[in-house]
Amino acid sequence: MNPYFRLFLAIIGLLVTAQGSWAHAFLDHAEPAVGSAVHGAPTAVKIWFTEKLEPALCKLQVFEESGKEIDKGDQAVDSGNSALLMVSLPSLKPGKYKVVWRAVSVDTHVTNGDFKFEVLP
Amino acid sequence: MSLVRLRFHLLAAWSGNFRKIRAKLSLGRSLNLSTREGLRVCRVPSHRFLDFFVNRKTSSHLRLASLACQLLSFAAPLTASAHGFAGDRFFPATISTDDPFAASELSLPTFSEIRQPGQPPVKVFDVSTDLSLLLFPRTALTIGDGYSIQKVANQSAQTGFDNAALNILYEFFENDKHEAITSIGLTWDIGGSGRHSLGNDSFSTFTPTFYFGKGFGDLPDNLPFLRPFAITGTLGLSIPTRVRNESIAVDPVTAQKTVSVDHNPDTLEWGLALEYSLIYLQQHVKDIGLKAPFDHLIPLVEFAMSTPLNRGINKLTTGTINPGVIWSGQYFQVGVEAIIPINSHTGRNVGVIAQVHFYLDDLLPKIFSKPLFGP
Repeated sequence: MNPYFRLFLAIIGLLVTAQGSWAHAFLDHAEPAVGSAVHGAPTAVKIWFTEKLEPALCKLQVFEESGKEIDKGDQAVDSGNSALLMVSLPSLKPGKYKVVWRAVSVDTHVTNGDFKFEVLP
Repeated sequence: MSLVRLRFHLLAAWSGNFRKIRAKLSLGRSLNLSTREGLRVCRVPSHRFLDFFVNRKTSSHLRLASLACQLLSFAAPLTASAHGFAGDRFFPATISTDDPFAASELSLPTFSEIRQPGQPPVKVFDVSTDLSLLLFPRTALTIGDGYSIQKVANQSAQTGFDNAALNILYEFFENDKHEAITSIGLTWDIGGSGRHSLGNDSFSTFTPTFYFGKGFGDLPDNLPFLRPFAITGTLGLSIPTRVRNESIAVDPVTAQKTVSVDHNPDTLEWGLALEYSLIYLQQHVKDIGLKAPFDHLIPLVEFAMSTPLNRGINKLTTGTINPGVIWSGQYFQVGVEAIIPINSHTGRNVGVIAQVHFYLDDLLPKIFSKPLFGP
């Protein structure tokens, strides 16, 4: 076999079979959905990420339009699903809300993000 | 940062009835094209980087590399640095132009194929690789090279490695809120590192470059579907270390000597990439229900241009427009683009370029998630 091709296959094999691979935690989906308008006030914001999270380093906050934080401050990673980050909400009035998150995957890769949702009357 | 790029620039040095064109298809790769009627490939570059692994000392070098990898793999887990992020924005590694990020990543392989006009036409197939390592926080070193196969109809193919090239890049500004980043870098196309008989430049070229990236996630809320747009770009001055090449031809009958001179101009290398990230749309603007693989697509169009600045061939811009798409996953991305010449000086045929690009800091975090030196 051509030595260059052998080297190519070896590198590809190394990359594909890399052990202990983790990655940045990206938002997979959220509830309420990103940019959505919902009827009925949600009782919590839940974000499912693409990687397992390091609970102590993650952050999830919800702000009303005025910039005031309105979540209950009880953010947590779900005990049964370590890729699910959630925070409880009080009874929300109709209006627009901003969710700000910081996700740290178990290998300490950090990602940040935010999105908005609207509670309809 | 990906150093794979598609650069065409015209030497336009006239020697008798011949017009010489130099087309750079990727980092360090140099195709000199000579023609009477149009473009015709006449030189192919070569390579040294892979020779390190595959020459006569292959086994000992591979053992050394393997040992080094094993030693590195015992390193303690490291805190992570982000590749391709500015705030909420993830910028993919662009294929035909360079991006402004210092990161540990590997383009393996990048394929390109284009048919050059001429009598007869030449099909150029190129395979290349780039390896970037984060040396210090915000500073990365990249080495890259390629292998070209050029085929003229009814003739055997010419093959050879390209000149190798090195790049050092430093991110000197980042604004997360505005998803903005700027960097500076220096590329050294290593003259003489390729196979000279196939046409590699025997002189080096240095290209100091300014890089930038900007996401539009900070646009007002009433423009939600423009927020996934982003742009990256480069502006570099390519400076050859030899201003002209002289060659002497001797007529075998008359013994008369003819001296031809090719000028090597300084060139302005400029590129842009306009991206629309469906990842950003789904994660930060509005979940429109896209499912895999479409929720990880980034359609883009790249512009890779070159404008000679002096030595009698000023302002004859050559380049290509490359529309395509990148799919970005957790550990790697795959991209494909068309190569569309912007004018007849560049070429007349549409080509294609495709790339697999690995995020080494995600794939092998014990080794690459932290700079090799520094905190």
